[in-house]
Amino acid sequence: MTAPSAPVIDAEGVGKEFVLRRRTRGLRRAATRVPAVSEVSFTVRPGETVGYLGPNGAGKSTTLKMLVGILTPTAGRLRVAGLEPARQRTELAYRIGVVFGQRTTLWWDLPLRDSFALLRRMYRVPAAEHRARLEELVELLELAPFLATPVRQLSLGQRMRGDLTAALLHDPSLLVLDEPTIGLDVVSKAAVRDFLRRMNAERGTTILLTTHDLGDVERLCRRVMVIDHGRVAFDGDLAGLRALAPVPRTLVVDLAAPAPPIDVPGARVIRTDGPRQWLELAGNPAAVIARVSHDHEIADLTLREPDIEDVVTRLYRERPDPSAPAIAGDVRHNVE
Amino acid sequence: MGVYTSVFWHGLRRYATYRAATAAGILTNSVFGCVSAFVLIAVWEARPGLAGWDAADAVAFVFVAQALIGVVAPFGPSLEIGERIRTGDVAIDLIRPVALPAWWLAQDLGRAAFGAVFRGVPTFAVGALLFTLTLPDGPAQWLAFAAATLLAALVGFGLRYLYALSAFWVVDDRGVQAVAWLVGPFFSGMFLPLALFPEPLGAVLRALPWSAMVQVPAEVFLGDHTGAGLAAALGFQAAWAAALLLAGRALTATAVRRVVVQGG
Repeated sequence: MTAPSAPVIDAEGVGKEFVLRRRTRGLRRAATRVPAVSEVSFTVRPGETVGYLGPNGAGKSTTLKMLVGILTPTAGRLRVAGLEPARQRTELAYRIGVVFGQRTTLWWDLPLRDSFALLRRMYRVPAAEHRARLEELVELLELAPFLATPVRQLSLGQRMRGDLTAALLHDPSLLVLDEPTIGLDVVSKAAVRDFLRRMNAERGTTILLTTHDLGDVERLCRRVMVIDHGRVAFDGDLAGLRALAPVPRTLVVDLAAPAPPIDVPGARVIRTDGPRQWLELAGNPAAVIARVSHDHEIADLTLREPDIEDVVTRLYRERPDPSAPAIAGDVRHNVE
Repeated sequence: MGVYTSVFWHGLRRYATYRAATAAGILTNSVFGCVSAFVLIAVWEARPGLAGWDAADAVAFVFVAQALIGVVAPFGPSLEIGERIRTGDVAIDLIRPVALPAWWLAQDLGRAAFGAVFRGVPTFAVGALLFTLTLPDGPAQWLAFAAATLLAALVGFGLRYLYALSAFWVVDDRGVQAVAWLVGPFFSGMFLPLALFPEPLGAVLRALPWSAMVQVPAEVFLGDHTGAGLAAALGFQAAWAAALLLAGRALTATAVRRVVVQGG
């Protein structure tokens, strides 16, 4: 059995190569091998919260599918909760919770409450245990007002809270989330993040999530892994990532009237659009703002943080990998 | 209550919410049954004793066939799994600790149970009110018919599950399903009793699984099979049900392995 300190995820040189068959001339078929993930190695220990980042097509989803057992690695060794995912998929299902942000595990025609009841049977959770856990989740995620509503009538935010509950009802030790906040409004995003943080802090649930949202990473992940071209390009904390690939903040200035590019020390105009100008900040934003508002009549000001995409893009540009295959992003397959 | 029992009730309750669709189904099946009954009455007036039946037998056949539509679903609805394969939602199903074929079978039997009671019985009642038709002799024959109906539902599921699984191999399973919905009603005896098909076509159709969906249960209803003949008729249905379900299970395993290993 897994000792308490044993890693929840143990990946050693894990790779996945897809074989694309294309019909060339006549009945001939050409097979091209396209590596989606090549030699990814990492471990995740119990209680960690890890953000798994990377641009579209970098190999995030492929990795996630291997972790939950719906894709078999073509190379390397992979253990999740002490099991070999693809071979022991059903056993693994009892130990992990999975949320795909763009899909739902709930039944669209059933009220939320009935979906949960069906899941209880599926995971063979004793009734008393189920009741206690559901009560707790309903309170934390404020599900009570729409427990009796059929899933098809729920808003996206409500549905996501339902999906999170569904993933946690069988008390998994590992929660795998694929873009859990995609499409959610600010309030729902905050609710989901707070909830995940609490689950991690209070219950010690290990969380691995992919996201394009820097907010998710900042609020949740003490550890960040960036994957690019199928390889781990960075593994550390967010501050480390930022230090490695610094991206300046941007000040968006709406002037009262169109004007030539603003010229102030510590900032550089990178774009203008009528009365609106974008300034890349090199120094102290407060000083720049004071100077700009002294020199010009201003209608509005916004300070924009770089999003994770900018940081990650910068990281790639700083560290090009000449050996990386070029088209890992083109791979398509059924189980998306 | 196990997970599959829960799924059975889920399937049943899902259809219970479509009240208007159920009413429309009863109306359509009854009207089509009436038209069919008039045609067959004319046929039997011209050729009395055809297939060993009288006109009342033929009319009973028509309404049993119409009543079975809601059970064996020869015109669909297709199983949801086809669409889930097409959209990739099947990934969700694969990370659950359940067996796919058993899951969908339980849900479809729920649908069939609802169809039998709330679509089949009213449709047949309309026929019994408007026409003179043959009813089974005694409880034993009713019981045999109930068994034949259950086996018909299993065969109906077995076929539709295979249609839906084709989505793993073809880009769109809807073409396969469209052909199936065209062929199924003919091959099953739904449109016309198989006794009226010329030989050897009739004999071939009798040997195919579709006949286990309508032709065989209707014959059991009419008491055409007794003793060893009845056992053979039910055995024929059971054999097709087992063959189709096993094929469905084997193909699921192959498809899942293919998706999991090759990524689709």
